[in-house]
Amino acid sequence: MSPLFSFHGGIHPPAHKDESTQSPIVPAPLPAKLVIPFRQHAGEMAKPVVQAGERVLKGQLIGEPVGAVSSAVHAPTSGTITAIDLQRIAHPSALPDLCATLVPDGRDEWTERTPLNYRQLSADQLQQHLRRCGVVGLGGATFPSDLKLRHARPVDTLILNGAECEPYITCDDMLMRERADAIVRGAEILRYALATDTVLIGIEDNKPQAITAMQRAVDESGHPFKVVVVPTIYPGGSAKHLIKVLTGLEVPSGKLPTDIGVQCYNVATAYAVQRAVEHGEPLIGRVVTVTGNVEQPRNYEALLGTPFSELVALSIVRRDTNRYIMGGPMMGVELPAVDVPLVKASNCVIAASDALFPLPPPPMPCIRCTRCAQACPVELQPQDLYWFAQSHNFGKAQEYDLFDCIECGACAYVCPSSIPLVQYYRYAKSEIRARDQEKRAADLARTRHEYRQFRLEREKQEKAERLAQKERAAAAAKAAAVPATPVDPSADANDTQQLRINEALARAKAQAAAAAPKNTGNLTPQQQAEIEAIEARRAHIRELAADAGADDEPPKTSRGN
Amino acid sequence: MISALWTMIGLAALLGLALGYAAIRFRVEGNPLAEKIDAVLPQTQCGQCGYPGCKPYAEAIAKGEADINLCPPGGEEGIHKLADLLGVEFKPFGENAQPKPKAVAFIDEQTCIGCTLCIQACPVDAIVGAAKQMHTIIASECTGCELCVAPCPVDCISMQPIEEKVSNWKWKYPVYALRQVA
Repeated sequence: MSPLFSFHGGIHPPAHKDESTQSPIVPAPLPAKLVIPFRQHAGEMAKPVVQAGERVLKGQLIGEPVGAVSSAVHAPTSGTITAIDLQRIAHPSALPDLCATLVPDGRDEWTERTPLNYRQLSADQLQQHLRRCGVVGLGGATFPSDLKLRHARPVDTLILNGAECEPYITCDDMLMRERADAIVRGAEILRYALATDTVLIGIEDNKPQAITAMQRAVDESGHPFKVVVVPTIYPGGSAKHLIKVLTGLEVPSGKLPTDIGVQCYNVATAYAVQRAVEHGEPLIGRVVTVTGNVEQPRNYEALLGTPFSELVALSIVRRDTNRYIMGGPMMGVELPAVDVPLVKASNCVIAASDALFPLPPPPMPCIRCTRCAQACPVELQPQDLYWFAQSHNFGKAQEYDLFDCIECGACAYVCPSSIPLVQYYRYAKSEIRARDQEKRAADLARTRHEYRQFRLEREKQEKAERLAQKERAAAAAKAAAVPATPVDPSADANDTQQLRINEALARAKAQAAAAAPKNTGNLTPQQQAEIEAIEARRAHIRELAADAGADDEPPKTSRGN
Repeated sequence: MISALWTMIGLAALLGLALGYAAIRFRVEGNPLAEKIDAVLPQTQCGQCGYPGCKPYAEAIAKGEADINLCPPGGEEGIHKLADLLGVEFKPFGENAQPKPKAVAFIDEQTCIGCTLCIQACPVDAIVGAAKQMHTIIASECTGCELCVAPCPVDCISMQPIEEKVSNWKWKYPVYALRQVA
């Protein structure tokens, strides 16, 4: 057994995990209506490929990935798409986002599924398959799983994250207890795609049943995977921290785990990978913990798009519940309403009441006790970051590595002044991101403006040049035409130019005579008479013209005179 | 006495040569301060400052001809940045130069007659169209300068404020209500 390592800081909040692990995972009944957001993953929103009114089958693609960082979205059951519009989603902004509304027909009819043998596929084909199946990290960050298979340098260790360090959440625990075999098979697929030698499965020591189940599954599979029991500490389930604990390697600031030869997947993601590859099933559901202020806290296997209200109703909400949190109490976000849909990121929903989660006392001034710095697992100086963020000094906050903050909330948990530190960091981060974007837009505008100036200048020059050329040509022609003027044009009929002009005139006349007037059928006698009158006038004018200018018949000789 | 004189003259000539060479060799094109100021300006090219674009305004500030509070799109923060850069006092916006919420131009394509006047007015070439063809704004390139609004003979261009969406939403500064104690 290789030694374990530890990281700086961390906290031990009450786990509250036993409440929801008393009963097995329960399949949630089919809801009357599913609302499926097209943005369920990190990166670009999926592009809808179905229309309102269309009938879809279970597992049918309804949103295709757009751009490099994106993932697909599928219909969780068969039914009719009744709308594609903006609906409220589980987002801290409470703003609406593009969603498809699906009314199930109750038949749960699958689209065609093609189980694959991963050993016959290349790593690239596996990546494509996972992208098509919409598999994303189910630990909460929802980063597209196929992108994590890409790596610039060889990866020698694959880590399966079963730590589940955040209080209340037990979905990974229950999944490991009940579906350890499938998780191990998923791990083998990921190991194959990454071509790693070592696979470590890290599970915190407060999940003895999951550890036993996973160990048994590994033994039965015959794969040389190692189940490693890690001490329970928050945030030990953060990918970078689990890597540190298991391997002693630290992911450098601004780098990816693959840069140090490690990759980390959540156990639920490994399960989704197994379903996608060996069963051809896209990601259309997940296990979610419903806990907190409910009578029957437990885990449900629910379809994506199921309204949270239906899930919490299954567990019977206590009457004093006044808000709901998606995710855990440390990093979760408060839901804008309980009828928003379950998404790929939803590992847990907590019914909260003032008794269960008392409102924090009003924040007091920071006394620089540095307890936050002692608790910070990323070894930042939270008290300084707070100072810079609250005074909008973003440059300084960035200098103090604000972007290495994982927003775990350990600092705010230990703060004796109950300052909402993470909120300040989130504020500072999103302001900095917005500014960066503005800066990029300004740079783009500058380039475009400069190019436009350059183009206008160039066009002006070209125009001036053209004019000058024309003038030169005109002067030259005038000079050339001077000796030609005194010659009588009719006397010079042998001149080839004159001949050509005469020929062209003759041709034009012949053509005019041959051309039949159009739209002359079905004319009333009156119209016919009018036309004849006009033709007569024309003939008369031609005669007059011929009489007047008989001697200068060729109308033009040369352009010079 | 003479030798001292010659030494001084020699030194002066030598240093003069060195300085003359340096002046040619390390010549800086343009005004570096104006470049720095231009980097701070928001590049909307809107001309609200009274200069025909951000660069001319930056040059005017660098020469000391223009005030630092003439750029509404840069906001108060822009004034702060300019004040920091130039080492001068912050100056609030004047009466008739107040910042507005960010917006992009929008062409009502039903009304557009395809006159190309807006295309000629756009400082960043963010309008697509041709004579007697419908025009449209490339929203991602539009700086919201409003220069296309005035030339339109049929008033089909409107400025639409940028809405807050999930994709551009920002975390807010934490505020908490004060509670009365006893």
